[in-house]
Amino acid sequence: MPLINPLTVFVRLLKPVQIPGLLLSIGIFLFVLVAVNALFAYSPVLEVTAILSDPYYRHITTFSFYQAALSTLLSVLFAIPISHALFRREFRGKALLLKLFATTLVLPVLVAVFGLLAIYGNSGVLAGIFEYFDSILPFSIFGLNGILLAHVFFNLPFACRLFLQALNAIPDKQHQLATHLGMKHWNKFRFVEWPQIVAQLPHAAGLIFMLCFSSFATVMALGGGPKSTTIELAIYQAIKFDFDLQTGALLALWQICICSVLAVFIQKLSRSSSLTANYQGPKNTFYHDSWLAKCWDFSWIIVISLLVIPPLLMVVIAGLNTQFFVVLTDIKFWLAFKNSLLIAFFAALIAVSCAFFILLASRQWRLIGLNGYADKIEMLATIILVTPGLVISTGLFLLLRDIGHFSSLALYIVIAVNALMALPFVLKSLSLPMLHNAQKYELLCASIGVFWWHRFYWVEWKALRRPILQALCLSFVLSVGDLSAIALFGSHNFSTLPLYLFQLLGSYQMQSAAVIALVLLVLSVGVFIVVEYLFKERRTQHD
Amino acid sequence: MNKTLSNLITLATLIATPVFAASQEKLTVYTYSSFASDWGPGPKIEAEFEKFCACDLEFIALDDGVSVLNRLRLEGNNSEADILLGLDNNLMASAKKTGLLSEHNIDLSTIKMSTDWQDKTFVPFDYGYFAFVYNSEKLTNPPKSLKELVEQRDDLKIIYQDPRTSTPGLGLMLWMKSVYGDEVNQAWKQLAKKTITVTKGWSESYSMFLKGEADMVLSYTTSPAYHMIAEGKNQFQAASFTEGHYTQTEVAAVVKSSKHKKLANEFMSFILSDAFQSKIATGNWMYPVTDVALPEEFNQLVSPTKSLSFSSDEVAAKRKAWTKEWLISLTD
Repeated sequence: MPLINPLTVFVRLLKPVQIPGLLLSIGIFLFVLVAVNALFAYSPVLEVTAILSDPYYRHITTFSFYQAALSTLLSVLFAIPISHALFRREFRGKALLLKLFATTLVLPVLVAVFGLLAIYGNSGVLAGIFEYFDSILPFSIFGLNGILLAHVFFNLPFACRLFLQALNAIPDKQHQLATHLGMKHWNKFRFVEWPQIVAQLPHAAGLIFMLCFSSFATVMALGGGPKSTTIELAIYQAIKFDFDLQTGALLALWQICICSVLAVFIQKLSRSSSLTANYQGPKNTFYHDSWLAKCWDFSWIIVISLLVIPPLLMVVIAGLNTQFFVVLTDIKFWLAFKNSLLIAFFAALIAVSCAFFILLASRQWRLIGLNGYADKIEMLATIILVTPGLVISTGLFLLLRDIGHFSSLALYIVIAVNALMALPFVLKSLSLPMLHNAQKYELLCASIGVFWWHRFYWVEWKALRRPILQALCLSFVLSVGDLSAIALFGSHNFSTLPLYLFQLLGSYQMQSAAVIALVLLVLSVGVFIVVEYLFKERRTQHD
Repeated sequence: MNKTLSNLITLATLIATPVFAASQEKLTVYTYSSFASDWGPGPKIEAEFEKFCACDLEFIALDDGVSVLNRLRLEGNNSEADILLGLDNNLMASAKKTGLLSEHNIDLSTIKMSTDWQDKTFVPFDYGYFAFVYNSEKLTNPPKSLKELVEQRDDLKIIYQDPRTSTPGLGLMLWMKSVYGDEVNQAWKQLAKKTITVTKGWSESYSMFLKGEADMVLSYTTSPAYHMIAEGKNQFQAASFTEGHYTQTEVAAVVKSSKHKKLANEFMSFILSDAFQSKIATGNWMYPVTDVALPEEFNQLVSPTKSLSFSSDEVAAKRKAWTKEWLISLTD
């Protein structure tokens, strides 16, 4: 028997349709490597140990871990009783509340920060109430408090959704059995519901920890003083404030190392499950309801409503102020608006196209059971998850600065980096629908000879229009609200809506800031509503 | 599909590329935001210069003087800037070391400052002294020295600027260092207790102060002149400190890679002309560097008994270490 070279097997198994995706995936990986390397090229010695011996960098490393751990703990801990309450109770507006939960994670960070400032800030609603009673706000939103508050605002609803989904997966039989056995609240929670939550716990906690650990815009807006700075922010400060590329590169390497370890750890902890927008679990029946249990559940529902709803409401209320038309007739607003739309539109287009080709390649392997290959090619393209966006944009600029001017390059670099940052989320949201489509139609297409363009239009587009458009929306909204790719390039002559909002917040022009926050909120929520509406129209036309 | 795509790309490039309609030569000046803002001296100076240069002068506004230098360093040899305006004496050596600036050939004889200005790269355009400004209607007993402010006055709330991004912030860092020397760590910690916030630039902190969020703000001895002349208010005062005040001289330089060298040099001479200098006192609220007439109100300002400064080379060599000192003092 002749010896079979693994490479020949690989090549023989490779279908032409996989080649673009494979090349793209490797291309993206190399692109990131080259960009990061460009920054490293400016630092002759890279010794991570130098960070450990420097008291300031030790402090920010500890702080990064500390705030991420606290944020995770608070989010996950409170999510347990809240998701449990939401699981057991039906009430008016539950669907709306869950929709709001879904928005907090994609909401532009600064919009949420603005909403939180309007409630908890020095001149916010709460401070006003305290003033009415002749006392002053007992805490300041700037620093650790604000960072934790914002992180919980983003992640508690997310954790609730994860747990709620796990609880909804409890089979009907178990509910019946629990009733038969006469289990009351505590026992049912302990033996039926808790195991479901616990199964999701490591994954949820890991994910939230990672998100908080590499949080940038939140810390930049609410922390930022030397005391409350994360590694991610210190990279920005080293590059933008001190133009210290060596320290920037060193800290970037440190951040990449820590994030990679975290990512591997999370991967090991559990297989991920994808979040669906559909919350219809089995009808939850329990016969031992009591007044006390009702009180307990509804107080938690009130708690979460008080956390999530007021800041969003304040964005709308504060936005409709006397400055509204002043801001909307300002050329600076329209320039930022134009830049934001351009960046988000092209970043979304690029991210979704790349994801589509990469998934064409990976699903082919999944079909024949080569999940290892499929995972790897997808992982190559999601390397951005462990690499700070700012590092890539800086590296890219340093590479390209001899061929173009700052102002002409900035736009393209920001588009590229935003597309890269949206890619992991798009891959995640498209991978299941695309795999299912292939499972259904792969053989059919092969037997009746539908290929290439025809296959794309008649098979993929017809079936996947909705997930594709949703992925476009998702990446559009992520890019429209992003602050980390633009942070380096922003100036008074080139800005986007989030950056403009940040500048206004920084100069305490709260009224104008409120208008921008409202515009961003409308823009990001509006895109989803429009797409949903389009599909409703279509469906009724077809019926 | 292909056609739509190419249409989209054309559309994008159309929107993305700025249209160069003007055939005039364009001079690009990087400066800090308050200089270029509507209420700063920028617009008036632009109008004056464009009167005779037949060119288009454009200010690109960055957060602060330090950002101006960092932007140039980031862009390297392919900068759009022809001139940097708004670096200061503390940044001169670091800026020169980048090798991105070229020498000027301007006649410096009209400069009337206490020290003789001989620098071949930088031309000064104004100077001033850092000071903490307060509202005398609210604060009747301002501290008489930096030491009193730092060590004794726990009743005061102050705002200052980040030494990494702002030239006044850097100035305070050097002021503290020149007063406290090796014991500056302890002093920073004491100051931190009365600090409301450290802002990125001067404008933010000054507007916070005017909104009443702090008792004192780091600014200049000349800032009260603004309130007297522009607003007719006399309650804003600069506290005079017995240790002396740290001096700042703001400078401009020509960028080496500039493609409009001749025009840039014209602008550099223009800086020392009366047309430019007469806009400084009541535009940038600093002292002009030539012998132009000052408004009467300037006589009422605090004039420092002693002016402090480090040499620009010393600052360049030690800035990083001193900034680290400040950072570490604030973390624990």
